[in-house]
Amino acid sequence: MAEPGDRMVDTLLSLRGIRKSFSGVTVLDDVSFDLAAGEVHILAGENGAGKSTLIKIIAGIHTEYEGEMKLNGRPVVIASPHHAAELGISVIHQEMSLVDSMSAVDNLFLGRELAPRGWLDKSSQRVKAGEFCAKLDLDIDLSRPVEDFPLSVKNRIEIAKALAIDAKIIIMDEPTSALSGPEVEKLFRIIAELKKSGCGIIYISHRMDEIYAIADRITVLRDGRTVGTARAKELGEDELVRWMIGRELKAQFPERARADGAGGAKDRIKVEGFSVLKPDAGSHGAKRWLVKDAAFSVKPGEIVGFAGLQGSGNSDLFSGLFGAYGDRAQGKVTLDGAPFRVKSPEHSIRQGMAYLTNDRKGTGLVLGMDIVQNITLASLPAVSPAGWFRQALEREIAARHMGALRIKASSGGQEVGTLSGGNQQKVALAKWLETEPKVMLLDEPTRGVDIGAKHEIYRHMNEWTARGISILLITSEMPELLGLADRIIVLHRGEMTAEFPRETATQEKILRAAMGRIGTSKGRS
Amino acid sequence: MTKARDFFGLVFSKPWVRALSALVFVALLGIIFNAEGTFFKWSTHRDMLRQVSVYGMLACGMTLVIITSGIDLSVGSVLGLSAVLFSIATLHLAWPAWLAIAVTLLAGIACGTLSGAMIARFRMQPFVATLAMMVFARGAAKYLSGGQKVSTAVAQADGTYKYVDLPRIFSLIDHRILGDNIAVVALIFLGCVLLCWLLLAKLRWGRYLYATGGNEEAARLSGIPTGAVKLLAYGLSGMFCALAGICQAVQEQQGDPEAGTSYELTAIAMVVIGGTSLSGGRGGILFTLLGVVTIGYLEKILSINAVGEASRLMLTGIIIVAAVLFQKTKKA
Repeated sequence: MAEPGDRMVDTLLSLRGIRKSFSGVTVLDDVSFDLAAGEVHILAGENGAGKSTLIKIIAGIHTEYEGEMKLNGRPVVIASPHHAAELGISVIHQEMSLVDSMSAVDNLFLGRELAPRGWLDKSSQRVKAGEFCAKLDLDIDLSRPVEDFPLSVKNRIEIAKALAIDAKIIIMDEPTSALSGPEVEKLFRIIAELKKSGCGIIYISHRMDEIYAIADRITVLRDGRTVGTARAKELGEDELVRWMIGRELKAQFPERARADGAGGAKDRIKVEGFSVLKPDAGSHGAKRWLVKDAAFSVKPGEIVGFAGLQGSGNSDLFSGLFGAYGDRAQGKVTLDGAPFRVKSPEHSIRQGMAYLTNDRKGTGLVLGMDIVQNITLASLPAVSPAGWFRQALEREIAARHMGALRIKASSGGQEVGTLSGGNQQKVALAKWLETEPKVMLLDEPTRGVDIGAKHEIYRHMNEWTARGISILLITSEMPELLGLADRIIVLHRGEMTAEFPRETATQEKILRAAMGRIGTSKGRS
Repeated sequence: MTKARDFFGLVFSKPWVRALSALVFVALLGIIFNAEGTFFKWSTHRDMLRQVSVYGMLACGMTLVIITSGIDLSVGSVLGLSAVLFSIATLHLAWPAWLAIAVTLLAGIACGTLSGAMIARFRMQPFVATLAMMVFARGAAKYLSGGQKVSTAVAQADGTYKYVDLPRIFSLIDHRILGDNIAVVALIFLGCVLLCWLLLAKLRWGRYLYATGGNEEAARLSGIPTGAVKLLAYGLSGMFCALAGICQAVQEQQGDPEAGTSYELTAIAMVVIGGTSLSGGRGGILFTLLGVVTIGYLEKILSINAVGEASRLMLTGIIIVAAVLFQKTKKA
């Protein structure tokens, strides 16, 4: 068999000089990529490297870009997802793209129903669907709605859907993120079959094991550019990690007066054997937990960073600790030496916890309310003794935070939805500061915030730790993580794989751990 | 020139200006089609307020519920059930007025809270939960009344009817005070408005209502008991329905199990014309007051001009659409 990547092998898809920007921000810059028939081509890169954008261009979701795309040697412009499907390009999404309430058969033929003269030909659809599923070793009742099936089966229905359109190019975006070990094996066998039949597969993964188990070639993207393409056999793990990182760390973080003697201080929060179950736990074949057996502690005035790639479970860990998942989060938590029962956000706030979510519009702010109302939202009992608002007090509190955090707005009465991203984020931070927390869980505190506001937020974080507040920090920006955190904990698919003190942490080590390699210096300092 | 436009833009961006403009438009209609001066008589306005009061009470509860981004379809039925309950208690059982009122209010609160519990605890959609309550409460009203209007003619065991006197509470409520200038029913409605205003503008739980409707997850993560908030909204809505039911019974001097049929739609229309958004988190009771009065005047103007019911309904539909469209376009 010819080696994939050799010149004699047909090139299915070829991208040259792809550029794409969103409202002035360049996300892809001169990206080139080739996919050969019969190969698995891994697309690797950190969060935000541009992988998803590239996939969306190939899938016809983003149609405005610069550069050239060739399909089977001929230039092509893909106009829509439907067009992509007609050209034999199929995407298997991370979030399944099946219509849950419809049957497996209907899903397989969604948008391409066998309907001569407008009448559905259900029996031929069923026969054909049966054939595809037989190929995938999928023995299920195809007339049942797909919501009845576990994730692993849904995953294979998605692949069957790709077969149904006779796809030659199959894009898999972290297809194993929800699968258990044996299910992954099954998927890999199917991939091997697909390769034999001449399909080219673009595969996105954050798991080192997986990458080397199935890759023929690897292309690495970093900050929207192609770093390079290499045969998997010739690209060692170290080299791969270096390709993915390859950036200089700039000293852009304000020096922090460390709450020293921290070594001797008591733990502010201590977490042992902490797990968060999936809401639909129990469906076999899928992972049952989002976070498993996390154990760590944070001292007063310390910033502990949580690193991980997509699907690491970091955010679920925070939500779980904060009580947002109720009793789906289990484990032993101690706050200032006293046992802390994870119960509800209300309870956690009273105990001195604050949780800045990573989605300020969706779960952080009430956009239709004004700044004052948002700032006091989590501490309303304090501004309304016996239930009656003391409006002067409320405005005074808001004014204090607006001054301290330099929130730019016409007045406290301005609706939060009309503020810029950075100012919205400051309002969300102010809301939590007003609760006078002991522990702050900050999930991507600088996401979608401009540079200036970022620096202000860094500075404020230093002030808060100086006051003794402990910060648990999730950020997908490596420099931020290394620049701010005293210690860094790495999660991979819900499990802690490493813990580094700031001094010994490097991007390489963190990334390796985030891709599932157990950290070398797990020893706690 | 642009300054003038900016000024108008600013003025019209204020929600209360938009709510007020619908009312002004209807008032202009009244001035033009004044039915030989009838529109300018004080009694016309006084009667309008009385006639709209029962609907207005329902609209008060509806406003609270809609602010939490819910809907309460059961208000008309709960009104009917309350009217029947109150009439049975006062006319047939001859309970003292305070007891009859208390029991009726409790029944209303129970109905609302039950809807709220289905929504908060079992995550049913408000539309479905209150639809069920709407059907159930209507059934309960018919069951309790035996399908008959509960009136002063009380059936005896031997098949004859005994006529009882109308208790004093009926005339107390169905009557005008302050020099014949305002109906007690209208005062009760204004009292409901005041209560809602206090809750929404001055009390902590009012803020909870807005936050829950504006972004339930953000509210929950901010420690707001969103489940209890919904119970409160639907429970209060039930209470206002019971008050409306009592007023209706008093005005009709009987408890009609069919009372309040399709009132929920009028109540929703009043809230929407006022400018409280059905998507929740926005609006207020004073907007609803404007909406109530707008619909009240519209009905009144059409009736003093002897416009038939058919045209009246069609016109009302058009006005609702116009008012909402107007509010939408000015939103930008």
